[in-house]
Parts: sequence; structure tokens; C-alpha cells
Amino acid sequence: MSASRIGVLTGLNGNMATVEFHDHVMQNEVAFILHNDERLKSEVIRVTGNKAELQVYEDTKGLKLGEKVEFTGELLSVELGPGLLGQIFDGLQNPLPQLAEKSGFFLKRGLYLEALDNKKEWEFTPVAKIGQKLKPGEKLGFTHEGIFEHWIMAPFVLKGAVEVEKIAIKGKYNIQHVIAELKDEHGNIHPCSMSQVWPVKVPITCFAEKLKPSRPLTTKIRIIDTLMPVALGGTYCIPGPFGSGKTVLQQLISKHAEIDIVIIAACGERAGEVVETLREFPHLVDPRTKKSLIERTVIICNTSSMPVSARESSVYTAVTIAEYYRQMGLNVLLLADSTSRWAQAMREMSGRLEEIPGEEAFPAYLENRIASFYERAGLVRLHGGSLGSVTIGGTVSPAGGNFEEPVTQATLKVVGAFHGLSRERSDARRYPAIDPLESWSKYSSFIEDKEIKAAQAVLKRSYEVKQMMKVVGEEGTSLQDFIVYLKGEFIDDVYLQQNAFDEVDAATIEERQKYVFHVLYEIIKSEFSFEDKNTARKFFQSLRQVFIEWNSSEWRTEDFNKKENQVKEKCKKSIIV
Amino acid sequence: MQKIYNRIIQIAGNVITVEARDVGYSDLAEISSKAGKSLAQVIRIDGERVYLQIYAGSRGISTEDKIRFLGHPMRVSFTENLLGRLFNGAGLPRDNGPILEENMVEIGGPSVNPAKRIIPRKMIRTGIPMIDIFNSLVESQKLPIFSVPGEPYNELLARIAMQAEVDIIILGGMGLKYDDYLFFRDTLEKNGSLSRAIFFVHTAQDPTVECLLVPDLSLAVAEQFALQGKRVLVLLSDMTNFCDALKEISITMEQIPSNRGYPGDLYSQLAKRYEKAVDFDTAGSITILAVTTMPGDDVTHPVPDNTGYITEGQFYLRNKSIEPFGSLSRLKQLVNGKTRKDHRAIMDRMIQLFSDYREALEKQSMGFHMSEWDKKLLKYGRAFEERMMNISVDIPLEKALDLGWQILAENFELTEISIKTELTSEFWPKK
Repeated sequence: MSASRIGVLTGLNGNMATVEFHDHVMQNEVAFILHNDERLKSEVIRVTGNKAELQVYEDTKGLKLGEKVEFTGELLSVELGPGLLGQIFDGLQNPLPQLAEKSGFFLKRGLYLEALDNKKEWEFTPVAKIGQKLKPGEKLGFTHEGIFEHWIMAPFVLKGAVEVEKIAIKGKYNIQHVIAELKDEHGNIHPCSMSQVWPVKVPITCFAEKLKPSRPLTTKIRIIDTLMPVALGGTYCIPGPFGSGKTVLQQLISKHAEIDIVIIAACGERAGEVVETLREFPHLVDPRTKKSLIERTVIICNTSSMPVSARESSVYTAVTIAEYYRQMGLNVLLLADSTSRWAQAMREMSGRLEEIPGEEAFPAYLENRIASFYERAGLVRLHGGSLGSVTIGGTVSPAGGNFEEPVTQATLKVVGAFHGLSRERSDARRYPAIDPLESWSKYSSFIEDKEIKAAQAVLKRSYEVKQMMKVVGEEGTSLQDFIVYLKGEFIDDVYLQQNAFDEVDAATIEERQKYVFHVLYEIIKSEFSFEDKNTARKFFQSLRQVFIEWNSSEWRTEDFNKKENQVKEKCKKSIIV
Repeated sequence: MQKIYNRIIQIAGNVITVEARDVGYSDLAEISSKAGKSLAQVIRIDGERVYLQIYAGSRGISTEDKIRFLGHPMRVSFTENLLGRLFNGAGLPRDNGPILEENMVEIGGPSVNPAKRIIPRKMIRTGIPMIDIFNSLVESQKLPIFSVPGEPYNELLARIAMQAEVDIIILGGMGLKYDDYLFFRDTLEKNGSLSRAIFFVHTAQDPTVECLLVPDLSLAVAEQFALQGKRVLVLLSDMTNFCDALKEISITMEQIPSNRGYPGDLYSQLAKRYEKAVDFDTAGSITILAVTTMPGDDVTHPVPDNTGYITEGQFYLRNKSIEPFGSLSRLKQLVNGKTRKDHRAIMDRMIQLFSDYREALEKQSMGFHMSEWDKKLLKYGRAFEERMMNISVDIPLEKALDLGWQILAENFELTEISIKTELTSEFWPKK
């Protein structure tokens, strides 16, 4: 790298700075504005003549005309290596707890820390042999990060095949220590350590091929797993008006999903919600691994009051870390909350650049950006043959709860499953408030298709009867229709709704979902005989009571069997055989 | 050092453009004109053209007026002497008291590091059952009160101010009617709460731009008290006026509006203020209650809509009571599990039944036959409205829960309410 290039600040508008330069600049390179002893990180986003426009990742208060700007020639990047898990970063990968140690209660602008601890030593075990030919992303060796075997890989930035010249013996090293030297096709030697740097806006593609997502990801949320499942390596979105439970749903999934690693990108949302995750996860135990949940979690947190431009980069930081772990053959779930705030950050910058606005003042490239973000998800076969996946779930916060707005529409075009939350359901306290009729998924569920179809038919018909009853009244509805209506409500009450505060009911494993859904299926396909509508209603009300108690009894215990029998006994009395 | 400039090259709305050098972004300037002195803030720098937003408005400003840059952003004095004082939107006294100039702190300071926040655990009791049972207010929560003009929102704020167990109350008034300002002052004075209160009030007749400063002034002071370990309640009324002031400025600056004329960064602007609500690790807390009037009772209007996405729930004030649907305290589950074990069950079930009541009411109004069940619901719903929802009801939480069981037992059979047997055996009133 030549001596750093310098520019001069000539204009400021919010978090957009105009800089005059003499030499040359590169689109999207990182630059620092030097203000007294502060260095404010920014990124070049437009160049006109000898002026570059920069989005500043910090508050611009007090900046003055004529201040020096230093261009770095590097794209905005993250550091990848052991030590990411359990950490909490801001959108630029600054570790927040360490920042708090340095600057106290408030975030101090211009203070950037190393993302990973340089001093900590990790036990490295070599796998690659001297003379071996490797592709970028192939394993040099591994270390142990919590419960995972953390692969140390040939740097993703290398091109073509490289030959292992030197490799360290098994031992403890810090992440900066050179553990291997690789020779590329041109004979250049590249020293490698246990960490590497990668630009966030470029996908990591060091794998053999991308596959079609086919295996379901169990979230333990019944309505999702049964009716609108998510696949490993797939994408889904959760749009919903405020107060309909988007974030709570994401939190539940982050706790219960059967997945190796969860990356939470809290993008432009409330700090309080991140704090809940941050403070609770260390104390929650993952039933799969019996370890604390925080050990499988990385939190990227750029809450709504933190600088807007860093919000834009936070989702990229998150997805890059997700892709990094996928390279190790792990299944990663990225939860982005909320992609609308990310889109709004783009809108703010676009406005300041005075670009011609598209719909609702969003920039014209909105759809493109959303699509390329979700496209970074996927199930892949690595060079070594093993599979890894990144699943992306993003919430959308549509203005006015209206799904016709640009961010929701652009997202729906590219995702594989749609979990639409409805105000109507959340007002009636029917949680999770996912609309069972509007929502859809292109992935297949672990429940038998025949049973799902039957339930969906009842739900649909039940809804129709309910709407009809609003017009013709209960007395104008036939007993038969009325029973269908009750059956639909019953499915909703005892299966689709889940009590997040009940320890057992909050998460239902695959096996139990299959079992219970089968019982439910038997009930809904049965013919019932009732004298009148009142007895029918009373029957379903009392059956619901027993069923809900069954839901909160632990799987395969005596209590479970007892409650199950109660349900079956109750049904027997009224079913026509 | 402080140079004086007098080359005003543009006056548009409340924004003037002046040619100046060595000016910091967001810094303050003082303009002396015939109309008197006013503060102004740098909102854009473009070469040597500096755009200033004038707090007192541009009326009477002449192109030859003198501008002096102060070299620092807006600040407010922070001392114990603030308590019991009344100020305007520019931070100047309204009460004929002395101007405070010691220990100046910057307003609109940086964001709190999320790692230094803690999960709020303390409930703020208000004595209003619709809040205490159904949507408990939690220390460090930020909650708007969505309301149409004409509802008694200021009365509700004042009542909460008097009853809430906090150390300091800060009232930020934006576009407040003068009568309402007097109402707040007199009510708190009568109750004896004025000595622990600070007012920053911009009334409807004051210059628009001053309105923009109110939340920042109030919250900057609140933050300082909270850092000293105090529990502070900030009451803001009305945030819609604040947003309208933002809109006015952004349109003057020729920014591209995003939705109904509001600027694209409305969300970020609101979030920057609301996110000041905090429960500090090892220090005090800030709780924010903010009235947001909804033009045309439309919750999808950009102001309530963006607010709802930021705050931790909302109270809807409608027909002089807090509406159970739509009203939500997102933090309630952090506290309502530790009050009394029937709290959650009563909360959930009473609302579900009330929802069924609303459906029955709809059926009734369309002239349909009312089933036995519908009739029960109607009776229940009316009892609920009269004895629970009525905003004048003032009873502690435990009494309110007992009342809940009472209303259920008067209207339903035990088998119809589907609450766990474990609870009904203890709380179901014996006849």
C-alpha cells in the first residue's frame, strides 16, 4: 500500500460528508475523517469529479470545513476467526462490552476496538500436510471454540489452488501468529494466521456447489413447523404491524431452533430487546448441547439510536459471519430484525445524495439490494464434501401495517416462506399471531401432507363460516357448518397458538408435533353428533381446556399419558363411530 | 477568536444561509436583529455556505444582521437548582427565576452502550387497573399514549405524574396550549409534586423551532439525574407537534419527503429521543410517557406508526378510557409474573372474553338472535367496561385482581372460563 491518500472536508449534511481529493479514490473504500484526536470511520458512496461523498458511520457534530480525511484503500471488512461466538458487536464489529469498559455508559464516537482478542491463545491442530494443494476455504487445521470444531481455513481471498509450504505443529497460538505459509500459482508466499479479513458486502463463495434446501429446520413453533415450515438454507420473512409480536417470535426461534449457530442482527430496533437476549442467553441452556445458549450465538447490534449508516452495514456484517461458519460445515440461522430499518437507512442516504426517489422515497435499487442479501442464504456442499447452511429470517416492519409497501413486496419476491402477522390475531391475543390462511411456505413439512391438507381445509372453511355468521348470524348457520367453524377455532386454540410463557408449551419438538397433530387430525376428521349449537360449543370449550392442559404436560411422562387419555375419553362420547 | 459574520445570503422559512468559515457542524450561533437576540443551529455546511436553523424564527431578520458563532452545540445547565423550575423550549426561565448557567451539559448526546443496560424488573404502579393488570408500566419503559384530540390525555399524564413512585418528573411540553401548561403547573403544585418536577414547555404561540429542542433538553437533564442514581419519569406532550416541526424544517431544506410530507429519517429522529429511556447498570433510570395525538384517529399516520415501532407498546385512549385492544405494554411480562400468581391468567382470559363480547355486540347491533352464551358475554362486557375500564377507577393491583375474579364469577360458570384448576380452586369466589 502506498502512503495514505489525503482529502479535505468541504461539506456536511447530516451523516453525509463531501470531501475534495487530489489523487484518486475507490468506490466503497473506507476513509477516516480526522477531527482533533478523533478518527471517524466513513465509506465512499459516490464520486463526482474531484469530490467524493462519504457516509459517516458516526455522529458528525462539531466537524469543520477543511478537516483532513484519510483514505485507506480497503473495503469495509470484518475479522473472522475463533472468538466470535458469544460476542456482541455493533454494526462495524466493535465489541460492545469492551467498549463499555473503555468509555463507560455511553458510546464514544471514533473509538474502534479489535473485534477479536489478539492475546487469547487457541489450541491449533494441523490437518493439512506440507506440499498439499488446497483451494481457498479448505481446512488447514482446527481449534475448539466452545462445543464446535472451529476450522482454520485457507484465506478466502486467495485465488486458485495454493500449496502448503509450511504449517505449524499442534500447539497454542494467538490469532495473529502465523500458523501456515501458502504458495499460490505465481509462486507468491502468503502467511496465514488463525484469523482472516473479508469485505462484508461480498458473499463468501468458497464452496463446491449450492444445493436446493430440502431438510426442514425445526423451530419448535408449531404453526411454523407444521403449516409453513422453514428449510435449512432457506429464507423466510415475518412482516407485521407493530405490536404483533415479530421480535418476540424471533426471540423464541433464536432460543428454541434446532440449529448449530444463531446470529442475531438487531438492526435499528429497540436496545431493550437486545439487552434481554444479552442478559438472558448466558443463563439459558440449549437442550441439544446442554451448554449455555450464548455459546452458539453472535449478536450484531445496531439499535435505533446508534448511527444510521452503521445500521446499513450491520446486516452485512451479520451475514458475513454466518457465511464464515457455514464454511465449517455448520448450520447457521441469521435472524435480521428488522430489514425495514435497514431499508430506511438506505433511504436516508439516498435522500441526502439527492437521488431520484422510487416508491415512498425508497431508492430505485432497493429491490436489488434486498434480493442480493437474501440470496446469501443457502445450503452448500463444501470442497471437502460436507454440507453447511445459512438460513435467513428477516422481519419487516411495514408502514401502517400495510403489506403493499415496497420493502414487504420486494422481500416477498425473494423469500421461500412468508409468515404474515396480523393485527387481528394479536389483538385477540392469539399468539404467535401468524395468519394461518394468508401465510405460505415453499418448503415441505415433516408432518404428513394428507393431514396438513385436511387441517388447512377445515381452517379455511371455518373462516368462511365465521365471516358468513357475521352476516346471517348464528341462527342462520346450519349445525353442520357451525361444527366446522368450531373445529377450525379448536385447531387454532389448541395447536396453532402456543403459550410462550409456559415452559413446556413454548417449544414443541418434532416428534411431539407429529404425535399431537395426528391426534388432532383424528378429531377434526371425525363426525360429531350434537343436539344443538350450544352443546357443540360447550363440548369444544371443555375439550379445549383438557387439550391445553395436555399441551403443558411434559412429553412422555405419566401426566402426558393421563391428559392424552382425558382428551380421547372426552371425544369418544360425542363422536359418531 | 469568535468572529462575527454579517453576510446572510438567503432566508427561507426558518433557515438562513450565511457565508462563514471555521464553523462546526451542529454548533450554535447567536443572531442579533431588531427583534432581539436568538440562537440558531448549524444544520448543513456546503463549502462556505452555512445553513442555520433559527430558534426564534426568521421573522424580522435582516440580511445585514450580525451572526456570532459560539463554537459549541446546544447545552443546558444541570444542577439541583433545576427542581421546581419552569423553562421554555430554548431553556430560558418561564417563571421569572434566575437564568441557570452553571455546569452546562450538551443535549442530544451519544447513545447508551447496550452492554450497560439491564433488563428492567420494577413495575411502576399507577392505581389504574387497565394499566396495572392489563398493561403494566415498567421502569425504563417508553410508552406513547395514542389519542385523538379532545381526549383527556393531559389529565391522564398528570394523574400518573402524581401517583407514580419516582424521584423526579420532567415535563416536556410541545405546542402545548397555554391552558394546559397552567393545568399541569397547578395540578402538580396542589399535589405538592412541583418541587420534584422540572418543566420545559413550548407553548403553541412560541416559535416552532424551539419545539424541536424540548425532548432533547428534557432528556439530557433526565439522563444526568439518572446517572446520579435517580429514577426519572419524563412526560412528553405532544410528540405529533414535534414531528410537524421536523417536517417543516425538512421541507424548508428541500429534502425529499417520504410519507405525507414527513422526512425519511422520522423514525431515526424519534428513536434517538425515545431510546434515551434506560435502566442503567449500577445507576438510575429514565421512563418516558409521551402523548401522540393521531390526526383523524388514524394509527397508520406516519407519526403514530413510526412511534409504535420504536416504543415498547402503546396506550390507546379512546372514549375516555384506555382501550384494551391495541393497548400493549411489551415489558409487562417482565413484571407481571412476580406480582400475584393469578395476574397473567386474569389478564389473558378477561381480555379474550372481552374480545368475544365485542363480537357479540356486533352481532346484536345487526339484529341477530342472541344465544345464551352471547347474552352472558354482553352482561360480562358491560360489567367490565363500568368497573374496570372506567378511567376514574383508582385501586391497587391486588384489589383489581379480586375485582376481576368477582366479575367473572358473577357472569360465568367455572367450566366456561378455562383457567387452570390450580388457580380457580384458590381464587374463584365462593358463593
